[in-house]
Amino acid sequence: MIRNPTHHPDREMLLDYADGSLGEPAALVVATHLAFCPGCRQQVADLEAIGGAFLEEEEPFPVSADCLPGLLARLDEPAGAAAAPLPGAARRSEAADLTYLPEPLRSYIGMPLSALPWQPLLEGIDEVDLGVGRPPMRTRLIRVAAGTVFPRHGHTGMELNLVLAGGYHDPRGSFQRGDVVVDDPSINHSPVADLRESCVCLSVTDAPLCLVEGPACFLKPSIRS
Amino acid sequence: MPGNPTRRDMPETTIIGRAHAGSGLNDMVLAVARKRSRSAFALLFNYFAPRLKSYLMRLGADAGLAEELVQDVMLQVWHRAETFDPAQANASTWIFTIARNKRIDAVRRERRPEIDLTDPALVPEPVEAADRTLEVGQENARLNAAIGSLPNEQAELLRLAYYEDKPHSTISAERGIPLGTVKSRLRLAVDRLRRLLREGQ
Ligand SMILES: [Zn+2]
Repeated sequence: MIRNPTHHPDREMLLDYADGSLGEPAALVVATHLAFCPGCRQQVADLEAIGGAFLEEEEPFPVSADCLPGLLARLDEPAGAAAAPLPGAARRSEAADLTYLPEPLRSYIGMPLSALPWQPLLEGIDEVDLGVGRPPMRTRLIRVAAGTVFPRHGHTGMELNLVLAGGYHDPRGSFQRGDVVVDDPSINHSPVADLRESCVCLSVTDAPLCLVEGPACFLKPSIRS
Repeated sequence: MPGNPTRRDMPETTIIGRAHAGSGLNDMVLAVARKRSRSAFALLFNYFAPRLKSYLMRLGADAGLAEELVQDVMLQVWHRAETFDPAQANASTWIFTIARNKRIDAVRRERRPEIDLTDPALVPEPVEAADRTLEVGQENARLNAAIGSLPNEQAELLRLAYYEDKPHSTISAERGIPLGTVKSRLRLAVDRLRRLLREGQ
């Protein structure tokens, strides 16, 4: 039985995704959530329809006289980049063991999770940087061994999490595959990975996390910028 | 740009009037897809190119870049017309999404992560939610009317959200409206439009 996500990006984030103003790291989280969530898919389709209606209402701004003839002359050129196959379609066949990771994330990762260059972060916790977005923004996969307690930490900025496998819980509730969780500076927690399997999350941060009982922001030294 | 006519001087294209925008536009994209019709493509160009140019210039492109992007968008319309599915989105919405993505690619130099509706890993729609856009042309007319009926301050903020590549906090600072108010007006506007979209289905 498929369980649909119960934690969604807020409407503001869906609007930013639909109107194109959301940056690539957060857009990757939202787009991958959409693959898990028919309800948010529907909302984004409605928001895009609003964009289409605005386009119709635009006051036309004249294009130069040679624009259309120039374009018509190019129609017979080979399609090139304009019609290049979508990355998702291109990679699907080789991604048999990745089928539980939906597009567009699958194409961003492009290899089995086990083949990724995981780096140990803390006991029981590994990370791999996907290199999406500009520093200090970081887009990572975080893998937490089943049952691991993540050390208590606070957030100096925003953290956006999408659960891909396994699950975890903190005092706010339980987060499972497809759920989107936003942690901001008001959140100070010690999440615990569920026992049944390791928890893998797509995580976007715009500032380091800070260990509450530690000397410093422990993710700082690992920022590659 | 000196010498350019102003927006107001541009005669509304007469070939596709307001009344036909909607299902007429869909039919033209389908004619491009099925018959490779250049005349249908030229009509689509006449309708959309000046609107796309206007949209792109509002988002900060200069006239030259805007026109270049308009050409890229319309070229993609030509080459990818067979992927157009009026049951998913009408022609204006489809072309809006192409223009939005081209702009992200060209101006922000970022990729645009998008779902793949044919991905076997996609969690499917519940059955009862299918076929929502059977009457695409009417939906469009309804949406346009709904936007027209929004309170001015809501419609204006919603337009800004689509037309300005700015975080809501910047819109708030520039307009001197508290961020919470910006967010709640946007929410009200979107909720109202979505409700109107759903009514009469
Ligand atoms: Zn959702």
